Amino acid sequence: MTMIEKTHFRQPLGRSPFHPRIALLSQSEEWTSWNGYMAPRVVAKLSTEYFAVRSGCSVMDLTPMEKYRISGSDARPFLDRLVTRDISGLAAGRVTYVIWCNDEGKLIDDGTLFQLGQNDYRLCSQHHQLDWLRTSAIGFDVQVEVETQQVAALAVQGPTACSVLAEAGFDDLQALQPFRFQQSACSGLPVMVSRTGYTGDLGYELWMKPNDALPVWDAIFAVQGRYDIHAIGLSALEMVRIEAGFVMPGFDFNTAESTIRAGYDRSPYEVGLGWAVSLDKGQFTGRRALLAESARPAKRRLMKIVVEGNKPVGASFIYDRRNGRQVGEIKCAAWSPILKANLALADIEFDNGRLPRELWARIDYQRELKWHSAWARCHVSEKPFYQPGHRGLTPPNRY
Amino acid sequence: MTETLDAIVVGAGHNGLVCAGCLARAGLNVTVLESAAQCGGMAGPRSLDRDYHIPSLAHTAFPLAEHVRHDLELDRHGYVPGPPAATISLQPDGRHLRLTGHEVSGADLHDADRSAYARFADDYGGFARALTPLMTTRPPRLKDMDFTDKKTLARLGWRIRMGLGKASMYEFLRVVAMNIYDVLDEIIEDERLKGLIAADAVIGHNAGPRSPGTVLTYLMRRFNELGGPMYVVAGNGSQVIDALAAAASGLGVSLQYGSTVEKILVENGRTTGVRLNGGAVLKAPLVVSSADPRTTFLDHVGASQLDAMFTQRVSQIRGAGGIAKLHVALSGAPDFKGLDNEALADRLLIAPSMQYLERAYNHSKYAELSDKPLLEITFPSAHNGALAPAGHHVMSVNIGIAPYELGSGWDAVAQTLPYEIIATIGQYAPNLSLLVVSHEFLTPPRIEQEYRVRGGHWHHGETTIHQSFMMRPLYGAAQYDTPVDGLFLCGAGTHPGGGITGLPGHNAAKRVLELAT
Ligand SMILES: Cc1cc2nc3c(=O)[nH]c(=O)nc-3n(C[C@H](O)[C@H](O)[C@H](O)COP(=O)(O)OP(=O)(O)OC[C@H]3O[C@@H](n4cnc5c(N)ncnc54)[C@H](O)[C@@H]3O)c2cc1C
Repeated sequence: MTMIEKTHFRQPLGRSPFHPRIALLSQSEEWTSWNGYMAPRVVAKLSTEYFAVRSGCSVMDLTPMEKYRISGSDARPFLDRLVTRDISGLAAGRVTYVIWCNDEGKLIDDGTLFQLGQNDYRLCSQHHQLDWLRTSAIGFDVQVEVETQQVAALAVQGPTACSVLAEAGFDDLQALQPFRFQQSACSGLPVMVSRTGYTGDLGYELWMKPNDALPVWDAIFAVQGRYDIHAIGLSALEMVRIEAGFVMPGFDFNTAESTIRAGYDRSPYEVGLGWAVSLDKGQFTGRRALLAESARPAKRRLMKIVVEGNKPVGASFIYDRRNGRQVGEIKCAAWSPILKANLALADIEFDNGRLPRELWARIDYQRELKWHSAWARCHVSEKPFYQPGHRGLTPPNRY
Repeated sequence: MTETLDAIVVGAGHNGLVCAGCLARAGLNVTVLESAAQCGGMAGPRSLDRDYHIPSLAHTAFPLAEHVRHDLELDRHGYVPGPPAATISLQPDGRHLRLTGHEVSGADLHDADRSAYARFADDYGGFARALTPLMTTRPPRLKDMDFTDKKTLARLGWRIRMGLGKASMYEFLRVVAMNIYDVLDEIIEDERLKGLIAADAVIGHNAGPRSPGTVLTYLMRRFNELGGPMYVVAGNGSQVIDALAAAASGLGVSLQYGSTVEKILVENGRTTGVRLNGGAVLKAPLVVSSADPRTTFLDHVGASQLDAMFTQRVSQIRGAGGIAKLHVALSGAPDFKGLDNEALADRLLIAPSMQYLERAYNHSKYAELSDKPLLEITFPSAHNGALAPAGHHVMSVNIGIAPYELGSGWDAVAQTLPYEIIATIGQYAPNLSLLVVSHEFLTPPRIEQEYRVRGGHWHHGETTIHQSFMMRPLYGAAQYDTPVDGLFLCGAGTHPGGGITGLPGHNAAKRVLELAT
């Protein structure tokens, strides 16, 4: 374990190994804390960053994401009991999206699970999970170590991501399929590359030693003249993940371990992640509760909705008709430049297991500091709002 | 032909036998799997040097509750509780106290204390009686109560309010969460008497008289006394275990010895039977375990079949044992100074004051053994001559508070401690050491190993307030059913706890039948 220096209070937010480069590029100086790291909301200009993801190549520092190394002879049974999903298809070189619940079947967090080797896994999560993983480890021969600081990570995402990496000197990634990873190299430095991401576009995540972070970054940005490459921050990511319909634990719903008020936590079914629950796979934490819940009519669900018009949907309530009964609330929203639509995820109460027939948002917005109120009809989208065909192609399109 | 079983009971301790008998009586086809070569568990028989026989661990008992006796027709199967035994508290200066029921006598005992004790015995007997609705049924759930739960609470409330009367009720509510030290200090002067009473509040627990919850542990013991006065377990005919085994067999229960359950099988959240350590699989839709809760969940079921928080709570059940056992074969009857020979039929205590007990406990907190431990001594052979060769005796000593984890390790201590204990008792009976033929010493780890009870705990887990009633053994499994469908608990680790009562087994059977039919 690395000791925290006694001067830590002078620099309350940690610096990622990529920080020197991001700081150089930063024009707006909009920094925030992401898991205790200093992370950019916007590096230079939000619209540029957004379009880098959707029509060029974006580079984002993922180091602050929580990473855990899980090993030991019971690693697999431990993970099987931890996550709600049937992971029997997971093998070395593969990644899968997983969620996990507490005993009451309420969501604790989500993440990506990498099988690195036999009895050797990496779990990346949104929030700090050491306590939960250690609790879950009771009765298993398994070691859980935090490796957030030991692994530097970079997301390279956008339609040209594969071509950019090839140009930057990465070993061939053409054949790498979605949710697979391979050991690659860039300028002789070992980099693990997974075809994963949080943008809904073609993309890769690069995993390397902190010491190799800057040379790898430089290799990618060295081809900036030939490709449109931009470092991006959390704000652009928020836009594209909403377009892709990805939920964000702790933002779109309260995670179980941080919930104090009864009924404020959410089950996978309630946030639209029922597809990641395999009730018939055998025991996992929360199974009994989820089995019972699945037999009852749904109480509520986080829905993807398109709100008519272009008024910024911030924190709005949802009603079952104009001036009707309040049935829900918006959890996150974004204006989608590529779809020219107002997108949102909304927590909606069901009526006897059924979605209310109509949904209306009451939008309170300001014009020159004066508040106005408007009603807008909402339309439910069962599919991700934006799902470009090129994102799943192997080999990806060449640019 | 493979016979289809309705239920498997793990363990043929007295609770396993009671439970199996009750299930069979309701028409279920029941098999009991016991890893030992005999039944009884911690209350079964044991031999020393072939010629000496002695109750294994439990050497005193109270008559079983009427409803347990009745349901299993135990009297018809030869159940005869032994004759009432007095408790004699040995004093270094020879001014021993003698206690029977509500009466206490002894040199220099003041009338005020004598009558204070009679009142105390009356009051606490009443308090214990008020708990009856709670003790003889499953504890109510704290959330989502059903009719039975509400009925239990209503009956409990009624008993406390109407059964006790207003003044008594206030007193009950005042003392129930107190410690026995403060309560006794309020009403009794005599240190000897206070030590004698307090011994029953702490024996078998990791507690001193000043530990919280010791009024409750005392009340539990007094509750057991409602069935009749304490007697010394003297083996064979009168022994509850033989009667229980006969009753269970008579009801069609199959008792299989030498069968160690290694795994309780679970498929998709429901038990399907058990696997024995030889690999044989026995299928049954119901499995009722009398093994302690930690062993049942962590070893037999396994964490991979349980939720994470539940597993964590199980792993944190407090259940390190606090009692050791010394068995001694004697070539004759020891002479206790100031006592006649009849006194060997009673229960002798070395618990001269509450301070003495508190000190004995203090050491255990630091993983040490006090050189002045609490001793509870019986001579079962004084009741049953067949237990030893003619003229010989067996002596059974419970030693508290003997911490499960001893800083210096038990091995070395186990060599010398028996002689120290014999010397200590020898101060009251000078000829004792001359009579010793042989002895055996059961440390908490050895009890754990031989009786398959994690921690070697008297109650399969502490009966502190946070592990009692609707929290026993833990939230999520406190009504005998468990998070695994079809799996139930029925041993001392469940409500209302250990001792020879059969109540966990009886309550559990009721619950099994309620949920399974
Ligand atoms: C030192 C000591 C002294 C005591 N003295 C007294 C006393 O004087 N008076 C009194 O009332 N109480 C006394 N007790 C407590 C009393 O003995 C117990 O509370 C009581 O016997 C518990 O009964 P039970 O049926 O619940 O469990 P147990 O008697 O423990 O029975 C459980 C049975 O399950 C079996 N088992 C466990 N695991 C498996 C497996 N995997 N497969 C098959 N079988 C298995 C065990 O072999 C055992 O037979 C004492 C306890 C101790 C430790």
